[in-house]
Amino acid sequence: MYVDDVPVRDPLEVVFVRSPHAHARIRSVGLDAARAMPGVVAVYGAADLGELNRWLPLLFPHPHLTEPRTQLPLATDKVFYAGQIIAMIVAVDRYAAEDARERVELDLEPLPVVVDLEAAVADGADQVHDDMAGNVSGHIVQTVGDPDAAFRDAPVILKHRYILERSAAMPMETRGMVAEWDARQEQLTLWNATQVVHPLRAGLAQFYGIPESRIRVVAPDTGGGFGVKGFFMYPEEVLVPLAARDLRRPVKWIEDRVEHFTASHHERTQIHDIEIAATEDGVVLGLRDEFLLETGAFVPYGLELGRITAGQVGAAYRIPNIHVGFRGVYTNTVVCTPYRGAGRPHMCFVTERALDDVARAVGIDPFEVRRRNFVGDHEFPYRRDGLVTADGYTVILDSGSYFEQLKMLEDALDVPAFRDRQAAAGGTSKLLGLGMACYVESTGGGPYEGAHVVVEPGSGTVRVTTGFTDQGQSHKTTLAQVAAERLGADLADVVVEFGDTAAFRWGIGTYASRGAVQGANAVDRAAETVRAKALRLAANMLEVAEADLTIEDGRVSVKGSPDSSVTLRQIAKASKPDRYGFDTDQAALAAFGPARPRELSDQGPALPGNDAPGLEASEFFSSQNATWSSGSHAAIVEVDTETGEARILRYVVVHDCGKVINPLIVDGQVIGGVAQGVGGSLYERLAYDPQGQIQNASLMDFLMPYATEVPGVELLHLETPTPLNALGVKGTGEGGAIPVPAVTAAALEDALSQFDVIIRRMPLDPEEILDLIAASNPQGGEAET
Amino acid sequence: MKPPPFDYHAPDSLDEAKSLLRDAGDEGKLLAGGQSLVPLMNLRLARPAVLIDLRRVPGLDGIEANGEVRIGAMARHGRIQHSAELQSRVPMLTEAMRHVGHPAIRNRGTLGGSIAHADPSAEAPLVALALGAELIAASSGGNRSIPGDGFFDGPFMTVLADDEVLTEIVFPAAPAGSGWGFHEVARAHGDFALVAAAAVAVVEDGRLRDVRLAIAGAADRPTRIGAAESALEGAAWDEKARAHLGGVVRDAVSPASDSHASADYRKSVAAALAVRALDDATRQAIAG
Repeated sequence: MYVDDVPVRDPLEVVFVRSPHAHARIRSVGLDAARAMPGVVAVYGAADLGELNRWLPLLFPHPHLTEPRTQLPLATDKVFYAGQIIAMIVAVDRYAAEDARERVELDLEPLPVVVDLEAAVADGADQVHDDMAGNVSGHIVQTVGDPDAAFRDAPVILKHRYILERSAAMPMETRGMVAEWDARQEQLTLWNATQVVHPLRAGLAQFYGIPESRIRVVAPDTGGGFGVKGFFMYPEEVLVPLAARDLRRPVKWIEDRVEHFTASHHERTQIHDIEIAATEDGVVLGLRDEFLLETGAFVPYGLELGRITAGQVGAAYRIPNIHVGFRGVYTNTVVCTPYRGAGRPHMCFVTERALDDVARAVGIDPFEVRRRNFVGDHEFPYRRDGLVTADGYTVILDSGSYFEQLKMLEDALDVPAFRDRQAAAGGTSKLLGLGMACYVESTGGGPYEGAHVVVEPGSGTVRVTTGFTDQGQSHKTTLAQVAAERLGADLADVVVEFGDTAAFRWGIGTYASRGAVQGANAVDRAAETVRAKALRLAANMLEVAEADLTIEDGRVSVKGSPDSSVTLRQIAKASKPDRYGFDTDQAALAAFGPARPRELSDQGPALPGNDAPGLEASEFFSSQNATWSSGSHAAIVEVDTETGEARILRYVVVHDCGKVINPLIVDGQVIGGVAQGVGGSLYERLAYDPQGQIQNASLMDFLMPYATEVPGVELLHLETPTPLNALGVKGTGEGGAIPVPAVTAAALEDALSQFDVIIRRMPLDPEEILDLIAASNPQGGEAET
Repeated sequence: MKPPPFDYHAPDSLDEAKSLLRDAGDEGKLLAGGQSLVPLMNLRLARPAVLIDLRRVPGLDGIEANGEVRIGAMARHGRIQHSAELQSRVPMLTEAMRHVGHPAIRNRGTLGGSIAHADPSAEAPLVALALGAELIAASSGGNRSIPGDGFFDGPFMTVLADDEVLTEIVFPAAPAGSGWGFHEVARAHGDFALVAAAAVAVVEDGRLRDVRLAIAGAADRPTRIGAAESALEGAAWDEKARAHLGGVVRDAVSPASDSHASADYRKSVAAALAVRALDDATRQAIAG
């Protein structure tokens, strides 16, 4: 059941009046004509909200985020991006609400618009927020080792600019929510396509000034999130419940696709200025990176994206001396918050392209330059003191086997055979190229997740409940596997539930490649506790020592005498002695109680002293540092030099997320990530014009790759379990997406090597590829982008 | 993305459709699959007051191939694409259908709907033009046949009058000894073409005859490249001709720039695809 299917009675539907201008002063908002339209129940302007039109929260304050700005639910004096909400129309259905929207009279006075990231930081730039100086919200710098010393004596120093452009997650299901306010119980229920039910509950409680216990947030089945639903306290998330409370009717808002382009957050634009210092052998001595992080018009998510990017610096390489700094920059555009990869593709692109630059400068091949810089297997844990992840952990690469990974990739590719094919295609208009890149990914971010595991006394069902959510990651299967294996239950008996604050009190959410690390380990711990209790009770019931028992397929039996056994269901039943024998099968056991000796079943206490009834436990897992997944990818592309079309013919992934719980699910995650990476390499670019209008705000114009554009992915797994959790797992949700732009750029460059093309920005479209070829100079020199 | 109010009719006969259309004047719009019109209505970019759905009108989806090939305007793209008869009789059309959207779109979209919609980048209008199709239009006043060459009148505009229904598309039999080529560059498979080129040619004694070359996406309507056709008449298809054709096409087209590609890019690609389409056409014509 998706949020649009939630069966509430006669829901009203919301349509938002959004700013057509990217930056404007609001002279007046005329709502009377809209209010008079048939089917309209209520129209809310900023004044109608009263004191509830208060600043939405800054989720991540930071000492160096010196100029934080967040928005109001409804814009009052000014609008700061095209799409910002000015008013809310509630009507009997969306048709009526959209008809009414056409009657709203907006009088807006356009103001200078800031779109270009570099222009935004230039002296005298127009300002997004005129109550601060410039457009920079904060500047965060971190240093590892002594970069100045490293650069002082380095024989090779390269300096380049690298850019990834703006894109968006674009899940198949847009955002949406249904709010119902039960006035008698003073209870708000919000069904919401969100990745974070508990944080949203807390945020709403704070916003409305009511206890968390009066709010229930439920994420039903969700059709993709990829980060855009991991942000919370979007303005709609406070406005829709507000209407439900005010109107005493269920109120529903399902974002439409056109709206999604400006109502939901974007990601990606960063401009990196890199200096890299190396020996003449291609060993990197130091790296300096100062980058611009586009945040859009506000920073509700703080500078977390930039902090994640910065935390990946150095990647799988020793690089002992690092300077990494970035500035958050406001523009009159939609707010940017994490989208799958979450700042990591940027640092990967920068690092990998810079390494390719080093390889070219010193005359070695791309594989070799990586081998000369990899952290060796014996060097783990590898520390970068001075550098922290966005979660505040010192960067310590926990485990990996980068040399082995690269070798697996090289072997799978058969590079010499490819070079023959490439040479054979050399004289045609369809050139071939091979590119590769490696990545590491900090996964399993904090702070914690929890899980409740219970063996239900009647049915024997093992019910696992947790606080995080699912947007298609198959958590039900993964968590059931973990619970079944740890508990010794039959997989078919395990049921998993999540995404409902009423089902489990504590939780954070699903994002940042953290579900398996935090969530599965919490399930593992809860299952272990239940297992221990089951053994303790069974030992008493079977009158043997715990050490003599084994659990398999939901049955506890005495080692060596399998006939002497009880099922988990029977233990669960016995553990909650009801006094009553209405379950005929179980009557005898019910009367027993686990504390009663078998031969005296009608005597003695039913439970051990002060023991809790039931076979259940809640446990938590809180990681103490990031687990670092890694991978090496390569692509073979074909470039049509007459049309500029690029096609990926072959894509090979070697992937290491530690212990793999379910290979099929991990494969799906990686392949899906690669698909998004292909989009970010060759297709997807949210194109703002200088007036701050998106030029391609529909799926007819914003190009997402289809099955026809995504290559088959050849997947190889390497398992280096992390020492940081009992399951040995690392996160896998984002890795597939991270290196693809770097891989594709390298492959295009290789295909176009006869034109001396150098690629330092992505994505590239066919016309840009043709332009690169046209700009090439066969007499020497580089055609750069 | 909900349309403003409109009246909806689904007539059971062509006569009824024609009279509804006449009565609606310039407020009426025919629905023939809805794969372009309905999104435009949802975006409130098209606001017809009266929508006349042709889906129940009998006799509009026939496919006949006796000498010439007659295809009813309501024949769905998917059915055309998979028709074995059409694959052998008008292979350029069935090949072009592969590039029209995706299977779900092709299962609803119709040949007549696409041609009447006259998107300058769409495949069906291009093929109709390249193959010299006749478009049959019906109104309360009677029927008329409009040559493909005179049918398209600008972006999303045709010479159809407000009260005319496009009922049939008639493709002439392919000339003996002819070959064809169709090439398209789209940003992703199934998207509208950035540029597409369609060519037909006969080869006699190593010389090109009866060349028809048309380009989509490089002007405000699908366009025949007359200068190229006459330049190639009687010429051998050799390196010199290939190089010359590119230049002629580049000069002949007048594309616009948009967010997907510049005019200059479209010119370059039009030139490249025209050459490829002629490559295929001559190869086939020679192979018989």
